[in-house]
Amino acid sequence: MIVTTVAFYLFAAITVASGFMVISAKNPVHSVLFLILAFFNAAALFLLLGAEFVALILVIVYVGAVAVLFLFVVMMLDIDFSELREGFLQYLPVGALVGLILLVELALVFGGWVIAPGAAHAGAEPVAAFGALSNTRMIGFVLYTKYVYLFQAAGMILLVAMIGAIVLTLRHRQDIKRQVIANQVGRRREDAVEMKNVEPGQGI
Amino acid sequence: MEYKLATLPALGPAFPEIILAVGSLALLMYGAFNKSNTARQVSIGAVILQMIALVVVAVQPLGRMETFGGMFVSDDFSRLIKILILLGSSTAIIMSIGYIRHEKMERFEFPVLITLATLGMLMMVSANGLISLYMGLELQSLALYVIAAFNRDNVRSSEAGLKYFVLGALSSGMLLYGMSMVYGFTGSTEFDAIAHVLGQGRPSLGVIFGLVFIMAGLAFKVSAVPFHMWTPDVYEGSPTPVTALFAGAPKVAAMALILRVLFGAFPAIEPEWQQIVVFISIASMVLGAFAAIGQTNIKRLMAYSSIGHMGFALVGLAAGSADGIKGVIIYMTIYLVTNVGVFCCILSMRRNDRSVESISDLAGLSRSQPVTAFLFAMIMFSLAGVPPLAGFFGKLYVFLAAIHSGLYTLAVIGVVSSVVGAFYYLRVVKVMYFDEPAEPFDQPMRTELGILLGISGLFTIFFFAWPGPVVRAAELAAAALLH
Repeated sequence: MIVTTVAFYLFAAITVASGFMVISAKNPVHSVLFLILAFFNAAALFLLLGAEFVALILVIVYVGAVAVLFLFVVMMLDIDFSELREGFLQYLPVGALVGLILLVELALVFGGWVIAPGAAHAGAEPVAAFGALSNTRMIGFVLYTKYVYLFQAAGMILLVAMIGAIVLTLRHRQDIKRQVIANQVGRRREDAVEMKNVEPGQGI
Repeated sequence: MEYKLATLPALGPAFPEIILAVGSLALLMYGAFNKSNTARQVSIGAVILQMIALVVVAVQPLGRMETFGGMFVSDDFSRLIKILILLGSSTAIIMSIGYIRHEKMERFEFPVLITLATLGMLMMVSANGLISLYMGLELQSLALYVIAAFNRDNVRSSEAGLKYFVLGALSSGMLLYGMSMVYGFTGSTEFDAIAHVLGQGRPSLGVIFGLVFIMAGLAFKVSAVPFHMWTPDVYEGSPTPVTALFAGAPKVAAMALILRVLFGAFPAIEPEWQQIVVFISIASMVLGAFAAIGQTNIKRLMAYSSIGHMGFALVGLAAGSADGIKGVIIYMTIYLVTNVGVFCCILSMRRNDRSVESISDLAGLSRSQPVTAFLFAMIMFSLAGVPPLAGFFGKLYVFLAAIHSGLYTLAVIGVVSSVVGAFYYLRVVKVMYFDEPAEPFDQPMRTELGILLGISGLFTIFFFAWPGPVVRAAELAAAALLH
């Protein structure tokens, strides 16, 4: 029990600290690296909760794909991030003050917290009893049956995202060279290669 | 572990949504695989598709039906709102057909994205749980962000899209945070279950916290003060038919969603949310009335006008009674139809083949186009709430409901801000009728715009003669919501 608690605080602290480093690091590449660290620790937190499927998906999708993509974008775009962020730390004291006040207010309110009767039970088992099933299996059981509506809706949302990206960025430029496969295939050896008989000592 | 065969959920209640989803995919395919520019055909196809969906909604049997494990509900309330939404977005597509050609942004994705946004709105209205609510909302919003920036070579359109996206993402974040708190403290994401848990005893503070965040997220979508900042810029920067869409269908859908959430999931803690609604209602009415006074661009003016109208509609919600819900629905119906007329006029403001948008350009319209000017003036009077035009009845129903519920202060502030708001609507009429004539607009008005303007104007003028169908439908819907 104590090990889990210690592990929780360790991972949570690293997550928060690396989250802070993401927004305060001078070098954007360092920011992305800290983001990856934050993802890893969040995944570890999910593991502690027993949600191994979500944890591994987080690592695979966010670290493996999203963060790497970020890294590419950060390296390829010529944006002076330090200039963009100039003055950010100036606002930090005010922002921190506001955050602190909010935190104190929240804490005051949380002091009088009452949980509705029956809520704890209802939340504990959102789907039917897990039994000895693994996460993945359990998600597989409900994703395409009980939650098929949400699954399809998520599909539509992703479709809109794809259409949006294409509509807003795709340009058919006329002035660039394109690959024409028919021309490539139709090219013959005689068109491309010319045999020269080079005399020794004379060059071409 | 026993293995059970899953049964196919009943698809009947969701039939209009399925038609829209499959139809929009078909239109997308048609557009994508055609070498020539198919924007016009796809637009017409999208309008026909929405009309088919509308007919299907209209012939669905009365009463409440749930499907997909209780995540999706179709009742008299959702059906009425869906009809309004489909009318609103199909008229926006009709209005856009000429515009996107003139402005050289004629691409088939435009009507497809509007159809997908409409699908999202229908899903919002039929949501019976927090997750399905969020899915519908996000589908709608994502499509709307893209069409706000659709004129991508125009800086202001891109700015509008980006601004809407960033602030919309922030509001989605707040909404999700609130939803997670509600889930944590009630143990369910389904509206009925939440209402059941909350009905058992004193509500916990966590739920109220969550409710506040959910309200903040939803108030953003109806652009109620203090979450209205995006509205004027997005309305001004977006292509005009997109503004016409924003002002109509999504507002109706989001308002219906607020009704559904508050009366479906949180009826037990009405006193708590009533305070919030009263505040945002007063703030929206007052800001809508005063901030619009200094505007010179008619699209910005309509943005502040819509903020104010959302405030008036929320008065009915604050009443928290069946009368109040009826008032909100009637108000939104009239608002939607009137808006179509306004934007038809704005779209026909073209001079030397270019769109003009400032109010002073309307000067002398009464002489060059007397019929258009008359209908536009009537619509402006209606927006101001002058009897016996339609807008007056909308306000009458919501204020009556507020008075019946004892919210006298709210009703008085509402009436006062309505009088202040009348100033800027009447100023538009004054410019059209009494100012030195400016150069006339390009003639003639496009046929489809003329027809839509005529319908909207006649509805506005003659609503008092035959209000029965709208009022009865609204009564039925209100009863269904309170089931």
